[in-house]
Amino acid sequence: MRRTPHDGRPSTRTPDSTSEQRLAEIRREAEQRGEIKAAGVRPSGAPFPMASPETGYYGIPLLKEPAWTWEVPLYFFVGGAAGAAAVVGAIADYTGADRNLVRDARWIAAAGAVISPALLIADLGRPERFLNMMRVFKPQSPMSVGVWTLLGFSAAATATAFAGFMRERYGPSLPLRVMENAGQAASLAFGLPFSNYTGVLIGATTIPVWNRNVAELPIHFGASGLSAAVGLLEMMGHRRSRALQMLGLGAAIFESWEGWRIESRQQPGLDPLKRGTSGWIVRAGGALSGPIPAALRALSMIRGNERSRALRRWAGLSAVAGSLITRIAWVHAGHVSARDWREPLEISDPLYTEKGVSRRRDPHQ
Amino acid sequence: MSRTAFLTDSTLCIGCKACEVACKEWNGVGEDGLEWSGFSYDNTGALGHSTWRHVKFVEHAPEPGFGGNAPELNSWAFSSDVCKHCENAGCLEACPTGAIVRTEFGGVYVQPDICNGCAYCVIACPFGVVERNQDDGRAFKCTFCYDRQKVGLVPACAKACPTESIKFGEIEDLRVKAQERVEELHQRGMNDATFYDAGNTSVGGTHAMFIVRGDPRTYNLPPKPEVPTVYLKKGWTSSAIGAALLLGGTLLAFLADGER
Repeated sequence: MRRTPHDGRPSTRTPDSTSEQRLAEIRREAEQRGEIKAAGVRPSGAPFPMASPETGYYGIPLLKEPAWTWEVPLYFFVGGAAGAAAVVGAIADYTGADRNLVRDARWIAAAGAVISPALLIADLGRPERFLNMMRVFKPQSPMSVGVWTLLGFSAAATATAFAGFMRERYGPSLPLRVMENAGQAASLAFGLPFSNYTGVLIGATTIPVWNRNVAELPIHFGASGLSAAVGLLEMMGHRRSRALQMLGLGAAIFESWEGWRIESRQQPGLDPLKRGTSGWIVRAGGALSGPIPAALRALSMIRGNERSRALRRWAGLSAVAGSLITRIAWVHAGHVSARDWREPLEISDPLYTEKGVSRRRDPHQ
Repeated sequence: MSRTAFLTDSTLCIGCKACEVACKEWNGVGEDGLEWSGFSYDNTGALGHSTWRHVKFVEHAPEPGFGGNAPELNSWAFSSDVCKHCENAGCLEACPTGAIVRTEFGGVYVQPDICNGCAYCVIACPFGVVERNQDDGRAFKCTFCYDRQKVGLVPACAKACPTESIKFGEIEDLRVKAQERVEELHQRGMNDATFYDAGNTSVGGTHAMFIVRGDPRTYNLPPKPEVPTVYLKKGWTSSAIGAALLLGGTLLAFLADGER
């Protein structure tokens, strides 16, 4: 039997109201517009990817996605907060601020100093080989520089907190004082790069959305870490400190500016920060880190004492959540960016016209 | 010290995948499934931890005389892809354990007994070659048959290639051969024959060079691969500014706080 294109369908069809309505609709459209806009018969999945200078190699992404697990964005958050907390604690101590503030900042730093290596080791494919990181020091590898910074920071921050704890418990002694002071100086020195190096870590990679932002990421991550450290201290009860208020406000204003900068730039490679799920995670993190705590802090400055402290608790909570979500957002955006096959091949996205971005979805993605 | 290289001439490739098989057999790389994309006869897809040679199948509209096909059939092109063994290798620079080294032959080699699976090399490779095996935990890629080269043998893929599409030899010799071959192809009317070795980029040339027809982008070969170390200066400058802002801001905030 000869096969026809109608194979698989009954040879006759019973007309019904739907079929007749559709025919009338086609006639009306043809009369009014002079053409019919309909998909017609189309194989599912079409248009199919091809290998060409315009479509790359069947739209198969050139770059590999990061293989990092959930521990890594969490590490970015914990490390950033701990590094900034160590700096705040040391400066608070040097300027003779409230002792409780100094002690709590040191505890945050020490807790981060213990959690950070645990997260980093858990992410390794071969955790038992973590010590191989200490075979070499490579200035050209941000991962190597970061591991050594982390080790120095962890030793210094835990030693400082330990010595402070022993002094409070068993009274001052010379060895404890030496340990506490040296530890604090070292946690300040290591805390400064530790608070923001993760921006270099992801910036100096082949992932387009990361390396395009390499000049801003470390400052952005540093501000995020500071706002998390301030937020944690406020949640621990330090809601009277004007210094913390100023630092929190400064970080929130910077984060608002960063959010505006991300939103306002029109470049195809930055799409993952603005469109789709990753775009919304970036926005959520940005709102919680920037405008929301900034507004709450501004309000708390004009309110009475009780209300003011309640507002600062919320500002702190928002900043901490914002910092965590911001790190998750950047890592997620990196995954989306790695899947963009156009970027590394320098093929421009046809969705980008001179008039701006069309909202039409890309059939290849 | 000899510096060796691959020259993969896609105009000679027949898509037999002998190189993929030879590579897997010699190196003991596990089977990883035959998955059809539905778009071409390529059932490998891309290089990865279990794919160190990958034959690309480029099919395009009928083009008389291309590859000796009948005019009414789709035109075929094949190209065997491999780790580029960059002169400035992103993976090697990024590796924090020193597991990735440059061998005496100029190749880039991941020492499996040292790699701890941090996966930073994965996002440092501008060609998307090296990948972490999530079951094993370590990163893997083409070894440039370091073990074979050590005893004076050619890499498994080059030895198995039946058309000598994969050539192996001294890098300088192969560069000359490649230029001669491209000229020969141009004389034969294949004016779109192109030599690709990323020589004028920050990668600084590769130990796996290619001759392809047409735009290298058709073969997922990036026009301007960058070794990520080029971003370090900007990154650390930003980090220093961030640290200075944090230190200065904190000092200022606590000094200005009258209550102490």
